[in-house]
Order: sequence, then structure tokens, then C-alpha cells
Amino acid sequence: MKERLQSLLPRLVLAPSFAVILLFVYGFIAFTGYLSFTDSTMLPSFNLVGLANYDRLFGQRSWDIALANLAIFGILYIVICTVLGLTLAIMLDQKIRIEGFLRPIYLYPMALSFIVTGTAWKWFLDPGIGLEHTLHVWGWESFSFTWIKDTKMAIYTVVIAAVWQSSGFVMAMFLAGLRGVDNEILKAAQIDGASMWNTYRRIIIPILRPAFMSAFVVLAHLAIKAYDLVVALTNGGPGRSTELPATFMYSYTFTRNEMGVGASSAVIMLIMIASIIVPYLYGELRERKQ
Amino acid sequence: MAFRIAKTLGGAAAIALMASSAFAAEKIEVLHWWTSGGEAKALNVLKQMLEKQGITWEDMPVAGGGGEQAMTVLRARVTAGNPPTAVQLLGFDITDWAKQGQLTSLDEVANKEGWGKVIPAALQNFSKYDGHWIAAPVNVHSTNWVWANKAVFDKLGLKQPETWDDLIAALDKMKAAGITPIAQGGQPWQEATLWEAVLLSTGGPDFYKKAMIDLDKDALGSDTMKTVFDRVAKLRTYVDDNFSGRDWNLATAMVIEGKAGVQFMGDWAKGEFLGAGKKPGDDFMCFRFPGTQGTVTFNADQFVMFKGKGSTAPQMTLASDIESPEFQVAFNTVKGSVPARTDVSGEKFDACGQKGIKDLAEAAASNHLLGSMAHGYAQPASIKNAMYDVITAHFNGEYDSATAVKELVSAVEDAK
Repeated sequence: MKERLQSLLPRLVLAPSFAVILLFVYGFIAFTGYLSFTDSTMLPSFNLVGLANYDRLFGQRSWDIALANLAIFGILYIVICTVLGLTLAIMLDQKIRIEGFLRPIYLYPMALSFIVTGTAWKWFLDPGIGLEHTLHVWGWESFSFTWIKDTKMAIYTVVIAAVWQSSGFVMAMFLAGLRGVDNEILKAAQIDGASMWNTYRRIIIPILRPAFMSAFVVLAHLAIKAYDLVVALTNGGPGRSTELPATFMYSYTFTRNEMGVGASSAVIMLIMIASIIVPYLYGELRERKQ
Repeated sequence: MAFRIAKTLGGAAAIALMASSAFAAEKIEVLHWWTSGGEAKALNVLKQMLEKQGITWEDMPVAGGGGEQAMTVLRARVTAGNPPTAVQLLGFDITDWAKQGQLTSLDEVANKEGWGKVIPAALQNFSKYDGHWIAAPVNVHSTNWVWANKAVFDKLGLKQPETWDDLIAALDKMKAAGITPIAQGGQPWQEATLWEAVLLSTGGPDFYKKAMIDLDKDALGSDTMKTVFDRVAKLRTYVDDNFSGRDWNLATAMVIEGKAGVQFMGDWAKGEFLGAGKKPGDDFMCFRFPGTQGTVTFNADQFVMFKGKGSTAPQMTLASDIESPEFQVAFNTVKGSVPARTDVSGEKFDACGQKGIKDLAEAAASNHLLGSMAHGYAQPASIKNAMYDVITAHFNGEYDSATAVKELVSAVEDAK
């Protein structure tokens, strides 16, 4: 009896949260999927219209802009964060004395929400009150940095703010990976006369492969679902030059009374994220079985 | 013992429930987006009126001019089955919600008080759905106004511009004097407000009607439309580079402080001037966008009552209060708009208000009272936003005027 109860207990404890997740995550994913095939406008409707919403979605110029911005933002964000995070981690790993002091400084931005980051950078980059204004007051009159007001450059300010926020977190991931490297291997490399550069390039970085994978997956999904940062920083502007799929989804679903199109854009985003996460999970699970 | 505790608790809960439901009958929750100084002050008039009648006002302000955020909140509340009692709505949003069968009919009050005789027909198109009253119009705003700093005009020896060329000449002078000529906010609806005034001035009321209300394809793709975009692009050169994302009341403040010369904005801007202690005629000037005198593009705030669980009595009281001439005067003198009833005396209004009332009556009589596209009184949200896309992309330099015309035609076609 007691044994049976013991084996049942974990399941009993997990059942409510499992049921809740089943309904509120997967249930609503299915609901959104269904809505994307209906003629929902202001409120959900259940009239099926086939692929009409997807057809409209890919005919929207705003959606093209959102996808192009996502490509720029996603690639730069992931690459810069990874490179910067790795560099910081390697430098902190040189057994320096004030590591305990420096590490939290790099990590702190991660403790802020994207809204705070976005608002702070909005003020900092605003030519009228921020960096440009301050330097003008200090006497550097010719200084100009108006990217945030420039249709072509505004998306790069989103990259700057996002990198500032996330690179410390990536650094922590790599630092954990670096601490996990077996000292014996490093000693063996030293004895064999490998240079520092070669040790990192041929031994340590390849060992960090799992950390790279995790960093990539975390950053990629953050990039695809990026919403709050853009809303706080530029609100999609100037014009619609910093529109991303998530802001597109929100505006079509909630302010434009085109819930069907909004739902179909959400489904496309889900597919994008799934195409990154599923192979990763598959790989992870396979490795564990071995 | 346990039983007794349970019983006491149950009793307490029952009393609490009764108390809260008795309380709910005298309470209305009002969702609106009137959060700037002048607006909040105007709304206070209504709040005090209701409190005198024993109805508690539960304020639910959602900031954001044009009400985009408020609409999102509304949708969430309705979907969750807990709609606010009364909601500020605009134009086609009213019709859309009525179509969903979510609104309380106001026929009871409206017929008794004879709203049909005193509210202009152009407004009734939106306040009624399927022959039934579903909204109580609070005011009529018109959007084709220019707000100018008088000190700036006097200093530069400028007169009120009557034509497009006058306007450009005046703006050039301000630019030369080192003043930002146009205070412009950088949100799509504000850019659209400027754009529709230019369109009305360039094409006249018939063209406006064809392009904005009938969505005539030839009008949308016409050479006149290209001129409209060219003129808007010209106006863009008089706006400072730091405009994007700026709220409308901050742009108004630039005019109030004399940092900028003029703002093209609906008459809610007047509330900001009055709030800053400025006097019409002495400190600031109000006139119609050059070339649009005689026509009014309107935007009327209306309150609709959502079907809820409680009794409809407080909703009817609210609707009746809104249409009472005392409230119409008290509210609109503060807000900057003009009364939604045409039988209200204009005595208590300032010069701009009286001009607004006169223009409205004229426009209504000559059939030149037209719904504002930028404010949801010409087209439903999907088409309005499709137009916004093109207007804001063009205003921010994404493409030139010829492309903008093509984009406009296809965006409208696509959103229909």
C-alpha cells in the first residue's frame, strides 16, 4: 500500500500543473492554430476559411518588413552576444583578482526587464535629451548619433540594447562551461607546448559545444519573440521601420481587428521557434539515451 | 465546533456577497483614454454630476491617444466575460461592437429625451445601429484645425494663412527665424491627422468623400492623391528631426511655449492651451487648415454601455447625464470640442468654441460634415490601419509620393 502510494505521489503532485499547462499552453496553441484558419476579426469566430489568412499575411508589406527586421536583429543579436559573451568569459577566467566584483556587473542587465532596458536606452539614444544632447552641452557640437530617429538605422539600436541586456547572461553560460573544463587536459596541452591561442581554439572552445548550443537556443527564441524591448524602445517606429513579427502579431490581433491574420502570424512564429528548439531537444534526448 | 465556524463563515460570505451586489448597482466602471490634463479635467465634470446622483464612478483610464491600448483592454475584458459598464468609443468601433450584440440599447432614454431631433444626422449614423440608439455622443471634435502661437505670428508679422501658398510662406519665415515651424507628434494617427487635412485642402470635400468614405479606386490612385503626398512631404521638411514617438500634447506644449509655430491637430489641443492659462485670440490662434473652411472632418467621442450582469439603471442615468445640455456645455467648454447637440447655446464658449459651433452647423447644413479617417469615422479599423501604414511609411521617408499612391491603392484593396 505504502509503496503504491509512494509511486503514485509524484504523479499526483505533478498532475495539477500538468493539466494547467496542457490547457493553458498547448490548449491555447491549438486554439490559436484553429483561429488562423477562421474569419475572426474583432472577436474569435469559428467560420473556417482555409488558408486565406496565410495568403493575406504573406501579401502584407508590414510582414515582409517584420521578417527582414527579424533577420537583421536575430543574426546580429545572436552573433554579437555569443562573441562578446565568450570573450568576457575567457577574460574573466584568467584567474583575475576582482572576478567576484566584475561578474555581477556584467550580469546585472539581465536582472532588468526588457521594458526597463528599452526605456533607458530610448532616453539615452534620444538626440534631444540623451547622449547627443549631453555631448553637445559638454562642447562637442558636431557630435551626431540619431540612429533611433532614422528609419534605416533604428533596427540597429534595438540590437545595441538587446546585446547590452543579454551578453552578460551568455558570459555566465560560457563561464560555467569554462569552469567545467578538465584541468588535466589543459595541463597535458601545456606539457605538449600548445600556445594559449591554440589551447583555446583546438581544445577549450570545442569542449564548450554544449554551451554554444544552449546559448544559441536561448538567444534565438528571445530574438523571435522579442516584443517588449521594441515596444519600449521605438514602438515599431520611426514609421514601421522596427516592426518585428511579435509586434506585427499584436497589432493585427488587437488593434486592427484582424485576429485571423494575427493568429496566422503567431503560428508562423511558432513554426520558426519549433524549427530551432525541436532539433535541439531531439539531439539532447538522443545524447542522454546513449 | 468546526460546523459552527463553517456556518459563521458561510453567513459572513453571504452578507459580503449581498453587500457587494447592492453596492454594484450604484457603481459604474468607465473605461476611457482621457488622461491628459485638459481631458481629465473635462471628465471630472461628469464624475461629479454622477456622484451627486449617488452613483460611484470607478475610473479605468488607459493612456494612449486615439485609444489603441484602451481597445485592447476592452477586448480582453469582454472576452473574459467581464466588460466595463461604460466605454468611450469612436466611430466604426461602435458599429463593430454593436454587430457583436454586446451593447445595451439606449432607446429608453433617447426616445424619451428626443435625441433624434438634436443630434446631427452624420453623428446618428454611428450612434445608432439597426435603428436603435446604442451610443451617447459626448461631443464633436473637428480635426482640420491649425493651432498657432500668436506671439510667434506677431513677431514675424504673419497673418492667418488662407491658402496653401500662404501657409508655406509663413512656415518658411518661421524656419528662417530659427523656430521649429510645425510641432508634429510622431504616431501614425497624428501623421494621418495632418495627412487628411492636406487631402481635404487639396481635393476639396467631394474628393475627400470619394477617396476616404467611398474608397473610390480612381480617386485613391489619382494625380490629386500624388499632390497630397507631395504636399505632406513638403510639410515634413518643416518638422524637427526629433518628432518620432512624440505624444500630441507634447507637440502642443511646443506651440504653447513658443518653441514651435503651429500644430495641425483636432480641437482637443485647445484644452492644453486653456490648461496652461492661455487665452484664445490673445495668446494663441485657431483657424481651419488653409483651404478647408466650410468643411468639417469630425470625430465624436461617444459612450456605449456594455451588457453586464447588473441592472441597466445606472447606465441609463449616465446616458441621460451625458446628453443633458448642462453637461454638454460644462464638458465641452473644458475639453475644447463642441456640443453634440445642436440646440445648445454657444454663449459660454470662447472664440474658438463659438467658431467651432458655427462651422459645425454650417457644415452639417451643406452636407460637408465628413467623418475623419484618422479617427475611425470614415473606415473600420482594418482599412484605417492599412492607410496609416502607407501614410506613416511615407511621412518617415520609407518611399516617395508616387510609390505611396500605389501602396495606398493596394493596401486599401487588400484590407477590404
